Amino acid sequence: MNKFLISNIARFIILALLQVLILSNINFLGYINPYLYVFFILLLPLNLTQYKTIFFSFLIGLTIDIFEDTGGIHAAASVLIAYLRPNFLRFSFGISYEHQTVKFHQTPFAQRFTYISLLVLIHHLMLFSLEIFDLSYIVLILKKTLFSSLFTILLILIVTGLFKQNKK
Amino acid sequence: MQQIINFLIKYKNTLLFLFLFLLSVIFTIQSHSYHKSKFISSANFFTGGIYSWVNDVDMYFNLREYNERLVDENKTLRENLAALTEVELDSVFTDTTSYNDPYQFITAKVIANRYSKRDNFLLVNKGKADSVATDYGVITSRGIVGIVDETSQNYARVISILNTNSAINVKLKKSDHFGTLTWNGKDPNRVQVEEIPRLAPVKKGDTIHTDGRSLIFPKGIPVGIIEDFHLKSNQNYYEIDVRLFNDMTNVGYVYLIKNNNQEEIKNLDSNE
Repeated sequence: MNKFLISNIARFIILALLQVLILSNINFLGYINPYLYVFFILLLPLNLTQYKTIFFSFLIGLTIDIFEDTGGIHAAASVLIAYLRPNFLRFSFGISYEHQTVKFHQTPFAQRFTYISLLVLIHHLMLFSLEIFDLSYIVLILKKTLFSSLFTILLILIVTGLFKQNKK
Repeated sequence: MQQIINFLIKYKNTLLFLFLFLLSVIFTIQSHSYHKSKFISSANFFTGGIYSWVNDVDMYFNLREYNERLVDENKTLRENLAALTEVELDSVFTDTTSYNDPYQFITAKVIANRYSKRDNFLLVNKGKADSVATDYGVITSRGIVGIVDETSQNYARVISILNTNSAINVKLKKSDHFGTLTWNGKDPNRVQVEEIPRLAPVKKGDTIHTDGRSLIFPKGIPVGIIEDFHLKSNQNYYEIDVRLFNDMTNVGYVYLIKNNNQEEIKNLDSNE
């Protein structure tokens, strides 16, 4: 349990700093940024109690908000996917998730990919809707959601690939 | 009572979610209104400290350009000085009262700059300890940057002109027609000027600069040149696209401007 705690705290700090110091300044083609800190929420232990998941997600979202002066948009989006996470876990990993036997790194690629991309898409949609806060800009919201999601998903897949190799 | 407690226990996840979600949305709504986003701000010692620490390293990559800007500015100032000494030195009458200029300048370094969102802020490394306060204007040698929004002991947060909440008084250099500088959230190099009346002589390539009436910026701080303009449908006002002189994606050192007369004029205004 202690090992879990330490690795999650370390992941929190590393991902938050990486996000605000490097990734939020990429601005590829003017506005496309990956939001890799979502990975922290995806990787929270799958059997963690639901209210803790929600609370920790709020915490990392708020941290990013404070750094980036964005009000509460990251917190809102993070809380939303934390709340929806069990549904998507069940949807992507099926019955094995119910038996609490899933290890994130050992799941089949297709299932893992569905899980990652669905949550990232929802997170980004909420994020950009709140950031732009104006329904007349719906095209811009969808454009930003699509491109940033692609970037984030790609980055998450690369990172999972890297860490898998390290463990061998 | 028992039922209420049972209800709370049963739905504790949903309730926690709703509570935190609502809280975040309230923060978001506050951040969309000018001068109200007090809770969530990067101008605190923790985030400010981290940003300035990283910025110390980052700064070295831009030194060459900042030096070139300084040389440029020195050149302009020298030219102005030369013109002044040649033409006006004899006729300028200075007494002790005119030393008390209305505007004071404070230099600061930008330690965090954002321009890809719709509401952007900058963070500078001067705060209350350097007598910086809300509503100070922020400029560089090339043009305007924004207005100080919030201060902590050592840092200040600046509302960039690239923020949909910012509205600054500007005017045409050629004539006295004035309008409001806003941003539509698209291109960080282009801002919009609204409310310039149809009668005004607007031409592509004309210069826009600040209007002295805002109490924040002195008159004549350059903003940009007119790139495109058209009349708003059914209205008597122009909508003008302005290309900024400043490169907002690379702001190094800035000047914060204090208007010593601000209080006095505000008091006078509110006496009406």
